[in-house]
Amino acid sequence: MKIVVCVKQVVTREWNLRLDDARTWVQDRDASFEMNEPDAYALEEALRLKEQHGGEVVVCSAGPARVSQVIREALARGADRAIRIESDTLAAADSVMVAEALAAAIRDEGFDLVLTGLQSDDQGFSQTGVVMAERLGIPHATIIMKIQVAAGRLRVKRELEGGWFQWVSMSTPALLTIQSGINQLRYATLKGIMAAKKKDVRVVAPPAGLEPRHEILELYVPEKEKQTRLIDGTPAAAAAELVRLLREEVRAI
Amino acid sequence: MVLVIAEQRDGVLHKASWEAIVAAQQTGQPVQVGVAGSDLARVAAELAVAEVDAVLTVVHAALESYTPDGFVAAFADLVTGIQPDLVFLPHTYQTREFAPTLAARLDRSLITDCVAVRPRDGRLAFVRPMFQGKFVADVSPTGPAPHFASFQIGAFHPDALRLGTSSAEVHVYDVSLDAEAIRQTVEPPFKEAKQAVDLTQAERIVAVGRGIRAQAHMALVETLAASLGAEVAASRPICDSGWLPMDRQVGSSGQTVSPKLYLALGISGAIQHLVGMKGSRTVVAINKDADAPIFEVADFGIVGDLFEVVPALIAALDADA
Repeated sequence: MKIVVCVKQVVTREWNLRLDDARTWVQDRDASFEMNEPDAYALEEALRLKEQHGGEVVVCSAGPARVSQVIREALARGADRAIRIESDTLAAADSVMVAEALAAAIRDEGFDLVLTGLQSDDQGFSQTGVVMAERLGIPHATIIMKIQVAAGRLRVKRELEGGWFQWVSMSTPALLTIQSGINQLRYATLKGIMAAKKKDVRVVAPPAGLEPRHEILELYVPEKEKQTRLIDGTPAAAAAELVRLLREEVRAI
Repeated sequence: MVLVIAEQRDGVLHKASWEAIVAAQQTGQPVQVGVAGSDLARVAAELAVAEVDAVLTVVHAALESYTPDGFVAAFADLVTGIQPDLVFLPHTYQTREFAPTLAARLDRSLITDCVAVRPRDGRLAFVRPMFQGKFVADVSPTGPAPHFASFQIGAFHPDALRLGTSSAEVHVYDVSLDAEAIRQTVEPPFKEAKQAVDLTQAERIVAVGRGIRAQAHMALVETLAASLGAEVAASRPICDSGWLPMDRQVGSSGQTVSPKLYLALGISGAIQHLVGMKGSRTVVAINKDADAPIFEVADFGIVGDLFEVVPALIAALDADA
C-alpha cells in the first residue's frame, strides 16, 4: 500500500506569538516550529498501516527551506521518502492554494491512500485535505479514528459530534483526514535519525496560477468575553484568596 | 440573498442550523434555507417558522443518509440553480466534511469557523479565530460570489432568531442525482458503549490540559478534585494521550458542560475546548501564560505555575474544611 502523508510545519504552541507590522500574519522569522499535531497522528497512522500491509510512506510538505525540519522528522520516524514544494508564500497561504499545490505534487505518485491531519494549529480552516481529494478526483472521509484495509477497500471510523461515531467504506485511492488521538505517537530513534539522512527528498516547484480564495485583512487580539479578576501574590496567598472568593462571593464551593 | 444550508439527521434538526439562520438574518439580506434528505416534511415545517423567504427541500432517496458525495452533488445543484450571494452553514463535523468539496467544486471561497460578519471598507469581513484562539482575524473572500462561510457553534444565539408572521413557503427543489456516483457507503451512527461519566450533571469540574505535562502529575489533579468535591475532566490532548478516558473530555468532540464551578488547570483554551465549557457559571483559570485564551472566559485567574498553585489550593481547602 502506497501512502502519501501531507504535513504542515507550524509555530510551536509554546512560542510567544506577536503580530507582524502589517498585522496580517505573525512574526515567525525567529520562531521555533513543529509538525502540526493532527498531521503527526496522520503520519503515525500511515507508518502503522505500512507495518501491517507493507508498501511505502511518502511525506509531502509545502513551504520555505525551514520546512525541511518537519520532513527530516517524518523521515526519522519512518517515512521512506519526501516531496517538498519549495515556496516562500505557501506557508502562510490559504488552504485551497496549499491543497492545489499538494495535489499537483503527488498526482503522479500512484498512491492508494492520502492522509492529512483534520486541521492546522495555525489557521485551522480544516479544508486542505478535503479540497485535495476534490482536486485529485478521489473519495474522502474526515475526522477518522480507525482505518481498516481489505481487498482494495477502506472501512474507516468517522467521529461525529457528542460521542457518536460511524463506519464509512470506500474504495482506494482515497483521502482521509485524521483526528488527533487515533493512535499513540512514536518518537524518532537515533537509528531513525541516522537513516533519514540518506533518504530521498525531491524538491518541486508549486504549479503556476494558484489563486488566493480569501485575504486576511487584519489580525488582532480577541476581546475578552468576561472581566477576569486576576489574583496576585504568592501561591499560598493567591490560593487562599481564591478559596475565599469561591466560598463567599460566588458560593461555588 | 443568503442561502443557509441547514443540517438534519433522521428528521431531527441540528440546533446549530438556527444559529446559521440568525447569522444570515443579521446581514440584512433576504434569506432562504436549504435542507437535504429523503423525508423532510417535519424539518421543513419546523424551519418555516423563521422569518425567511423560503425553505427549499432537496429530497432524494440517495440523500436518506448523509454522504459527502451525495450532499456535495445535491447542494452544488441547488447553489447553481438559485444563485445566492452568500451561503452560510453551521460549522459542524458534517459541514467540515462536505462544504470544502462543495466550494472547491464550484471554485468559490469558503471561510470556516466564523464568529461574526461585519462590513469593512466596502467588503464583508468574516471574523474567525486563528492560532488556537490567540488571535482573531478579519478575513474577506476573494473571487466571484457566492461566498461560503461556516459559523462556529455558539457564536450566534438561537434566541435572536426572528420569527415570521406566517410560515415561510416550502418548495421542493428537484435535483438530478446519480446514486451510483456516490463513492462512500455509510453504516448507522453509534455511540461507544463505555460512556460511563455524565459530566453534564457535575456541579463542579476540575479540568486539566497540556500544562500538566506528565501522567504522573494527574494524581495532583485528582487530589484537588477530591478536596473540591469535583469531577475530573480534561481537554482533548490529555485524553488523546490516554491519561484520562475519552468520556472525560470537554469540548467540541467531547461533552458540553455548564457546572457551577469550572476550574481549568494548564488549559490554554483552544476554541474546541471553550465551546464545551463557556456556559459554566464561574470559571477559574490557572495558567502560566497570561496571554492564554482561557483567560478570555475566566471570572478568576491566577497566572502562575500550577505545580505551585495547586498544592497551595489543596492546602487552603483542606485547612478550612
